[in-house]
Amino acid sequence: MVNVRIFVTYKQSVFNPQGETITDAIHSLGFSAVKKVNVGKFFDLQIEPNDKTVAEIVSQVSEQLLVNFNLETYHYEVMEEA
Amino acid sequence: MKIAVVVFPGSNCDIDLFEALHTVCGAAVEYVSHKNDNLDGFDAVMLPGGFSYGDYLRCGAIARFSNIMPAIVAFAKQGKPVFGTCNGFQILTEAGLLPGALKQNDSLKFVCKTVPLTVENNQTLFTTQYKEKEEIDLPIAHADGSYYADEETLAELEENQQVVFRYAGENPNGSLNNIAGITNKTGNVLGMMPHPERAVEAILGNQDGLRLFKSLLENGKVATEEAVR
Repeated sequence: MVNVRIFVTYKQSVFNPQGETITDAIHSLGFSAVKKVNVGKFFDLQIEPNDKTVAEIVSQVSEQLLVNFNLETYHYEVMEEA
Repeated sequence: MKIAVVVFPGSNCDIDLFEALHTVCGAAVEYVSHKNDNLDGFDAVMLPGGFSYGDYLRCGAIARFSNIMPAIVAFAKQGKPVFGTCNGFQILTEAGLLPGALKQNDSLKFVCKTVPLTVENNQTLFTTQYKEKEEIDLPIAHADGSYYADEETLAELEENQQVVFRYAGENPNGSLNNIAGITNKTGNVLGMMPHPERAVEAILGNQDGLRLFKSLLENGKVATEEAVR
């Protein structure tokens, strides 16, 4: 079994209203060093590879369902292999 | 002309659409469950507002996988009229029947109010009873209605006059080019965030949505016959 974490975020070119609001809140806490926050989401998948590799499964699931390429982009990390 | 109102789990404007078309306009209307897999005998399809599949993942993303969806896509590709309001618009973009996407409102708030719109294109199946550049008022009620498309797609939408409705006053959600509703390239699929079905009777305080349905009823049958031929 392979545990994979897929991160989905808005593209840099797309305005992220949550990120901006959170940035403002961080500034009001006094952390002026924080210049930008981008909010995204992640999906943890437990995969038992069969006829497809983990990379193939992750890219196909992401491209066909988890990511809307009009707005978003993704990357993933293999967390651990057991 | 027989019209299908598709009902997904979490749809909540299906009855409003049905009543607007049937009770107010006298059209033949039937509810069609998301579990069905065909639209035989229908001349137009309406996707209602609401929160299909709980808005899980992204608004409209899961509805794309329902049983009825391949039939809706085929119906649209035949050039027959397909209309989606609010969540219906989100579903149409997720299904690839309309370009672009709807993202969270810039304000992060659910916005529920009546807003002024300009009818940018009165030559579509859905808008012939409006005057060109007419200003109308329609209710909106959404948290994820900020229309987004890349620059190239936006330019194409503008060039082909696919932008049918634009917010005329303050932009309520941050949509690019103040877009409130668009059609596909062939003009038979319309998606819009505002709710015309909530503005069809004087007792509701607003009848500006009525002419959208009347336009479709007047033009739709012809369009369907052309598509079949």
